[in-house]
Amino acid sequence: MNAPVKPSNLIKGATGDWEMVIGIEVHAQVTSNAKLFSGASTAFGGNPNSHVSFVDAAMPGMLPVINGECVRQAVRTGLGLNARINLRSVFDRKNYFYPDLPQGYQISQYQSPIVGEGEVVVDLADGTSFTVGIERLHLEQDAGKSLHDQHADMSAIDLNRSGVALMEIVSKPDLRSSEQAKAYVTKLRTILRYLGTCDGDMEKGNLRADVNVSVRRPGEPFGTRCEIKNVNSIRFIGQAIEHEARRQIGILEDGDSIDQETRLFDPDKGETRAMRSKEEAHDYRYFPDPDLLPLEFSQSFVEALRADLPELPDQKKARFIADLGLTPYDAAVLVSEHECANFYESVLGGLADARRDGKVAANWVINELFGRLNKEGLSIAASPVSASQLAAIIDLIGEGTISGKIAKDLFEIVWTEGGDPRVLVDERGMKQVTDMGAIEKLVADIVDANPDKVAQVRAKPQMIGWFVGQVMKASGGKVNPQAVNDLLKTKLGL
Amino acid sequence: MTNLTSLTLAEARDGLARKSFTSLELADAHLAAMERARVLNAYVLETPERAREMARQADERIAKGEGGPLNGLPLGVKDLFATEGTRTTACSRILDDFKPPYESTVTSQLFTRDGAVMLGKLNNDEFAMGSSNETSCFGPVVNPWRRQGSDVKLVPGGSSGGSASAVAAGLCLGATATDTGGSIRQPAAFTGTVGLKPTYGRCSRWGIVAFASSLDQAGPITRTVRDAAILMRSMAGHDPRDTTSVDRAVPDYEAAVGKSVKGMKIGLPREYRLEGMPAEIEKLWSQGAEWLKAAGAELVEVSLPHTKYALPAYYIVAPAEASSNLARYDGVRYGARAGGSNIVEMYENTRAKGFGAEVRRRIMIGTYVLSAGYYDAYYLRAQKVRTLIKKDFEDCYDAGVDAILTPATPSAAFGIGQKVGGNPIEMYLNDIFTVTANMAGLPGIAVPAGKDSQGLPLGLQLIGRPFDEETLISLGEVIELAAGRFTPEVWW
Repeated sequence: MNAPVKPSNLIKGATGDWEMVIGIEVHAQVTSNAKLFSGASTAFGGNPNSHVSFVDAAMPGMLPVINGECVRQAVRTGLGLNARINLRSVFDRKNYFYPDLPQGYQISQYQSPIVGEGEVVVDLADGTSFTVGIERLHLEQDAGKSLHDQHADMSAIDLNRSGVALMEIVSKPDLRSSEQAKAYVTKLRTILRYLGTCDGDMEKGNLRADVNVSVRRPGEPFGTRCEIKNVNSIRFIGQAIEHEARRQIGILEDGDSIDQETRLFDPDKGETRAMRSKEEAHDYRYFPDPDLLPLEFSQSFVEALRADLPELPDQKKARFIADLGLTPYDAAVLVSEHECANFYESVLGGLADARRDGKVAANWVINELFGRLNKEGLSIAASPVSASQLAAIIDLIGEGTISGKIAKDLFEIVWTEGGDPRVLVDERGMKQVTDMGAIEKLVADIVDANPDKVAQVRAKPQMIGWFVGQVMKASGGKVNPQAVNDLLKTKLGL
Repeated sequence: MTNLTSLTLAEARDGLARKSFTSLELADAHLAAMERARVLNAYVLETPERAREMARQADERIAKGEGGPLNGLPLGVKDLFATEGTRTTACSRILDDFKPPYESTVTSQLFTRDGAVMLGKLNNDEFAMGSSNETSCFGPVVNPWRRQGSDVKLVPGGSSGGSASAVAAGLCLGATATDTGGSIRQPAAFTGTVGLKPTYGRCSRWGIVAFASSLDQAGPITRTVRDAAILMRSMAGHDPRDTTSVDRAVPDYEAAVGKSVKGMKIGLPREYRLEGMPAEIEKLWSQGAEWLKAAGAELVEVSLPHTKYALPAYYIVAPAEASSNLARYDGVRYGARAGGSNIVEMYENTRAKGFGAEVRRRIMIGTYVLSAGYYDAYYLRAQKVRTLIKKDFEDCYDAGVDAILTPATPSAAFGIGQKVGGNPIEMYLNDIFTVTANMAGLPGIAVPAGKDSQGLPLGLQLIGRPFDEETLISLGEVIELAAGRFTPEVWW
């Protein structure tokens, strides 16, 4: 996509404006019980080399057998990215030597990936959105791990991860700022989590990105790019891009040229450094893996998976806007995390009138709940206030039982003490107090109408009982006597 | 009692059924013969205890009226097949004393499912790369055949030289072998034995040390066509662990023995009439054609126009796959490791010391043809040639040809050391008649058909339609009946 240059995306250099061009390869670990070509478990955190089959260890004569679930996950993901699904794809061998690569080659897909071109719509914080083209998605094996801290002069190898399925999702060079890049990866991660095809856990390395960055003068052809390998947090993606773009601009403005190379991001120093140059690049000697037949499936296989897809964030957002009248911003916030959207929908499910109160519920979820969770550093899963409790609070507001202000007090009680909001409202007499203005008016009316009694009560405070009785009478017994008592005391200066 | 080591597999089977002898007696007779024949270097590992234990169990099954189709029959196993707990080396130093914790599908069918007895592991060219069994780290295998009046030691062919030599010399009733470019059929032809390479996908490759995955197939070497049919039935079958194996019922191949070949159309490909081919090979070929004609088959000249490209294309595809398949031998997880001050040095030392010269040569060729800038010119073009070769055969079969008859090899067995150190191409030419079947994935059988002027056996090859091993068995038996059996004189 060559969208018009957005001035706000440009970087001011010493010699004029520059534009970044960014493309991202995301490696997403496929959610599956078994590895891509072996029956070994994919569980994280086992003892070293406890999830290794003979295939994963590349024992002589062992052969890969494709795991059907990984194929289904890749197709689901492709569908979630609005991408073309290739009914025939080919597994290739990518040959290189490394101790944590037991076969001496990685089984990947080179010329014929399982998923072709697609697109992702990305929302920015300012409410605008843009589209990122997907070049392809292919399946490949993850490598094992080299452990260099186990022995004085030897390295140890853990093959638990060896052979776990990865999806490499390659974007087109459509991104023009670090903000866009971060928003894209965030959105991609959200889609994968909705689909249940990757848990998106970047801390465990289950989602990592190779970021290709180049710079150019606006309107000019692409410059020479550098690839920053294995960036494992969204924040680091932004930092790495910012640093790398400025590094390249510095070089170009000095009249030098960019060397195409692979770089690493150092989060401690916040900078990228050269890993290997183009000349040192491996010759991977790709060729079709003769142990595996081409991967073929039918359109009906794809359609069955399509029919089973969950509602994805974009669809959900559109539905929230259309059905509940949410603002695009609120809808975007709610769908940005699958768990958040699920929580919100549970709240909706608990409401007496979701259509009426959906918008109020959105405000409560976003402002009160998310705000409080953020403040306390809690995840939605750890929320002390459940969806049904929150729904009850919103119902109480909606039906006029309590005011929004009292609802906040009630929320606080539920947050800290728990309990059924309706019961709490009754027990703590919060129900009656809701219409404080009306009660105040009742009190004021009685006081104003009885100046003689006011004089008496000031002399003899026990007389307040008479006032309470009058207010109770006037309200039809629907006000809380204690609250009335309190109000009267204030009003009468007792 | 008859000499138990000169029985055919079928005769031994029937003898066991009649209780003329026991499985243990059969095993002992073979173990003794193996001991006497160590000069042939056919076995790289004899497993007498295991053999006797298996034989005893087989005898117990016989006593109970149980037992699979190969119950109690002693076989040899090419050292390319993983045998659980028993050293498996592919005859390469790099595997050292590797004892697999698993059993190949083919051998588990033979031994666990069908009751055969394993005598030991048979010599082969290192990683099955060779046509003379001289590249083995255990040294060359000696052919039990010698030229008349000569004691020059001859090669048994390769890469399944140990299998062929052992079968010819009566050191087992039959042997497993593998064929990537002729490694079953060429040694069978050199030793007067029968070698059947089935259709690609007929046997599971699981647990067989890989040479070139798209070409490798397991098959039997035996003394008769019937024996080949018997073993084939036990070796074949679909295996979910090898996705290139084909899910197709395994026929009773033995039923094809003696089946009439009347009316079958036999193709004689004109491109196999090589310039400078020895007259006796030419004569043998014509003789074979006459025998088939006499049995009622119809002979037709056919054309396989891309034959001449098969060998060069094979020597691109096979090394390319091998260069990748052999990358796993890095000294990290199993086998031999030569130290070094860093990982790259360790790799280099391990692989330089662990692999022999021919394996290193093929790894380098394979690495080269897959390299950026050369891939299209070599690997991709070779794959296109392969498609054309396949189509040549398809055209023939579409025209009604049932099988194709060719010589198995361009010559009889040659002397050990005779072709070593020379131009490797000369060695590669041994496979000229056999590689086409691998390139096209077709079944091929080599059947002994005569002798050369010096008294050495010569073989003919039949190439069939995909999964039509039965026709090859029927036709092969016609040649066998006409040519008679070939047994070397014992000199060892």
